[in-house]
Amino acid sequence: MSSESYGQIAANGLWHNNPALVQGLGLCPLLAVTGSVVNALGLGLATIAVLTGSNMVVSCIRNHVSDSVRLPVFVMVIASFTTCTELLMKAYTYELYQILGIFIPLIVTNCVILGRADTFASRHALLPSMADGLMMGLGFTLVLVLLGAIRELLGSGTLMNNMHLLLGELARNWTLQLGENYRGFLLAILPPGAFLATGMLIAGKNLLDRRLTKRQTPLNDNLIATDARAE
Amino acid sequence: MSEKAAVNERTAVSEKKAVSNTTATNSLAHSVKRGGLVLWLYGLLATAVIAGTYLGTKEQIAQQQRMARERALAQIVPPEHHDNDLLADSFPLADHQLLGHKIPAEAYRARRASEVIAVILPVVATEGYGGAMNIIVGINRDGTLTGVRVLSHNETPGLGDKIEAHKSEWITRFDGRSLSDPAPEQWRVAKDGGEFDQFTGATITPRAVVKAVYQSLKYFSDHRGELLIDATLSGDLTLDITREDGEGEKP
Repeated sequence: MSSESYGQIAANGLWHNNPALVQGLGLCPLLAVTGSVVNALGLGLATIAVLTGSNMVVSCIRNHVSDSVRLPVFVMVIASFTTCTELLMKAYTYELYQILGIFIPLIVTNCVILGRADTFASRHALLPSMADGLMMGLGFTLVLVLLGAIRELLGSGTLMNNMHLLLGELARNWTLQLGENYRGFLLAILPPGAFLATGMLIAGKNLLDRRLTKRQTPLNDNLIATDARAE
Repeated sequence: MSEKAAVNERTAVSEKKAVSNTTATNSLAHSVKRGGLVLWLYGLLATAVIAGTYLGTKEQIAQQQRMARERALAQIVPPEHHDNDLLADSFPLADHQLLGHKIPAEAYRARRASEVIAVILPVVATEGYGGAMNIIVGINRDGTLTGVRVLSHNETPGLGDKIEAHKSEWITRFDGRSLSDPAPEQWRVAKDGGEFDQFTGATITPRAVVKAVYQSLKYFSDHRGELLIDATLSGDLTLDITREDGEGEKP
């Protein structure tokens, strides 16, 4: 049982082991609900709730569940959290619930959640598991929202349209509009656009990673170069 | 003597095997039982949590659904025009298949001072590009449309979804129309020789909506009598039902 620092847990969830861009998990909701920021944020928050909750419960019961029924019990925990989240969304964010439709109950099939439950929460204590769930969920949500922003801006010419569906009446006027007569780039809203945008995000992250590692080892490069010249 | 010992030994070995087999079977059975018990316990716990959340949110959910319904209806019959609670004044549609429904559907009456001023009919447009569309149509007492709204559909985003009120004002062009305005042959999309515009790149969707609205107008004119029942309560709480055609039944 390795003990990771909270900083490592955060860095992993948000960047190095990002569920969407690195692990490539949960791509179905990622591609389907990121047509707008409010949809993406809504589903992202629901996923964080389920992920954190299930990680916490799995961590608590990790020593009280026999090996043969581990996975069924974990799935049952995740499914329970998903159902409760769905009921709460139906009760308090009804219009968003209607828009997200089937993708709320489909959170249970998001491999990130069962993956984290099995690889992390079942081997770590309560607080680290909670942190891991939170950070993985946050990493996933950040990608969701970024994609949602790109696709909404390109596809509909707006940003944060209909935010009041999630955040209440206060957020009704948060919409930014990209000019009056923006006709909309339809491809961005349809699935192919989602695939393309996700691919570009992954490429962008890899590029950044490479630049960052290069920046950390310029001294070595110089030494190697000098050695080469000396020969 | 050695043979007896050998036999004893063999018996002992086979007994041991039998015991270990039984132990193995026992421990398998034991582990299955234990696993089953654990699953059952967690299942019980999960059910309790879900049931609790369900009961806790039941009221709120029912209210949300009521409000969503009211919001949808208010778009075609504004609240200022009627004084009754639309949701309380709902009634089952007779001959619901005529309006595309597979299961019985609820329609609504809007009243002002007990007189029915408008009727809201739920219609299913079955010939949409992406399948069935749920539409509500408001029709005034005189047969003119108060408004039409598409509640749900599977049409193509960016092409067919212009039937949504917040995507374009196309759906508001039905306001004020009736069976005679335009004439029956004109109750089609322009491509079919009618008066209603279709969308660039999407003809099937508007065609289906126009057809559904026309069907609802025809239904209204055919079923006027049952739809426009005015109910008035006299002093001693007896119900006088006056029909459109003047034939009244007084108890």
